[in-house]
Amino acid sequence: MKTEYNFIANIIEKNSTVLDVGCDDGTLMEFLRKNKNVNIRGIEISKEKVQICIAKGLTVIEGNAELDLKQFPKNSFDYVVLGQTLQAFINPEIVIKELLRVGKKAVVTIPNFGNWKVRLDLLFKGTMPITSSLPHEWYNTPNIHMCTIKDFVRFSETINFKIIKSLALINKNISNISKSNIFLKNLFGELGIFLIENK
Amino acid sequence: MNIRENIKTLIIEKPLKLDCGQTIRKFPLAYETYGKLNENKDNAILVFHALTGDQFVTGINPITKKDGWWSYAVGPNKSIDTDKYFVICANVIGGCMGSFGPSHENPETKKKYGTDFPVITINDMVNAHVNLLDFFNIKKLFSVVGGSMGGMQVLQFVSNFPDKAKTAVPIACTSSHSAQNIAFNELGRQAITADHNWMDGKYNSKNTLPDKGLAVARMAAHITYLSKKGLQEKFGRKLQERDDLKFGFDADFQIESYLRYQGSVFVDRFDANSYLYITRAMDYFDLVKQFDGNLSNAFKETKTKFFIMSFTSDWLYPTQENKDIVIALNAIGANVGFVEIESDKGHDSFLLEVPDFLNALKNFLDKSYTENNNEN
Repeated sequence: MKTEYNFIANIIEKNSTVLDVGCDDGTLMEFLRKNKNVNIRGIEISKEKVQICIAKGLTVIEGNAELDLKQFPKNSFDYVVLGQTLQAFINPEIVIKELLRVGKKAVVTIPNFGNWKVRLDLLFKGTMPITSSLPHEWYNTPNIHMCTIKDFVRFSETINFKIIKSLALINKNISNISKSNIFLKNLFGELGIFLIENK
Repeated sequence: MNIRENIKTLIIEKPLKLDCGQTIRKFPLAYETYGKLNENKDNAILVFHALTGDQFVTGINPITKKDGWWSYAVGPNKSIDTDKYFVICANVIGGCMGSFGPSHENPETKKKYGTDFPVITINDMVNAHVNLLDFFNIKKLFSVVGGSMGGMQVLQFVSNFPDKAKTAVPIACTSSHSAQNIAFNELGRQAITADHNWMDGKYNSKNTLPDKGLAVARMAAHITYLSKKGLQEKFGRKLQERDDLKFGFDADFQIESYLRYQGSVFVDRFDANSYLYITRAMDYFDLVKQFDGNLSNAFKETKTKFFIMSFTSDWLYPTQENKDIVIALNAIGANVGFVEIESDKGHDSFLLEVPDFLNALKNFLDKSYTENNNEN
């Protein structure tokens, strides 16, 4: 189980309704169902992963967040979760807007491209960074829109959504991101976790 | 062939008002069951058959002596596990395996109904089927399951009886028969009625059968159940027991011989008038129109948990038509799962050995059943 799942679970209120967008093999869904008693649904693009979810007794539809979120009416869920996939979409702006239409709030996690290891990789090797959380080569990566924690905060200002909570994951520890520490969190954070809503 | 002795029949006493306006009374509904109904009566699955299916879902069909039409999916330890569930399937009304249909005798004329039989709909079929629940004293089914026309019945059943099924699995189906579907059905009907032995549907009393027409109808339909890729891989341009083309109209190609065979075995087990009636029922199926253009309203306040499956190579009931049902259900916050199964076996995939499909079906049912028992 990914380290951040605990922290995502802490953000989500008990007994709420949740949609996990890009739910993968349903690990987070199961975790939230067990620990938070949530009523949870998932969308996943991979047929194999959908099959795994079904075998776990999870309600999942095969689909793509860019095309298939539109079938859900406004405020269908208390929370919509998007884990580490925003960077893989052709149009992240539309995806964020859709998340905040379908959900009253959204939890978005992003692998931080501002992390010092990534920066050093590019600086010293002069090649596109490859790390444990970003294992692909530049030509076969699904991550076409990498961003940093700072980029995401700026993104909230540009497309006008509100960040209620922002957390950085550093060495399995979680800490709040604030205006005063964002330089360091952006340098050391491996992952950014954001709870957002419409302004 | 005395088929009666192998067929369990329930006489439905309650009058049924059909969509066409006529009311039918004291009509037979032929059914079969597999597995055992448990003490709580909460393990029953009602399976709906497709156009040419019947109540003999699995095991050896006592009439045709062949494997039941869903032997891959239904049986001990299979997707629909008869060690665990009580499976009920009934022949649709309009059919020809014992349920009230055009080959039954009209008590008024003492002749077989033929085309005097009332036109029936998918709605009429499920309204007839629901009587089985009373008969077995089942308040709520664990599941309603069916593919193709069986899937349409699943949708209609849940819409008509929102509190009678805990789960529903419509497979490779649609909420509204498309122009293409209607076109293929019309082709089949035209083939039957163009056979001079059809005799305006009175072939039974004239001791003849429109089997050429029915065979052509089956051949045409059979093509729609397969995929281009599947056909190409299985038959290609392979020749039938000959080294070269014969420059004639015999079956030179294996695909021709295969289709002819499919047609010829079909006429032995199926009634031409039933084929007309059942295809008509499919064509009339339009759950969207029934709910004034909004499919979601068909499932308003449903508590039923849905699981919908389609197949990549199914061009008769393509994925998008199945997804439209998912969309309608999500629009009202219903509990619905969906997966498109990779298969090059076309629409027929749901009847064949397609492991991804069979596993998904099993997993959904078994997990839902366990969940259900934990709640109680």
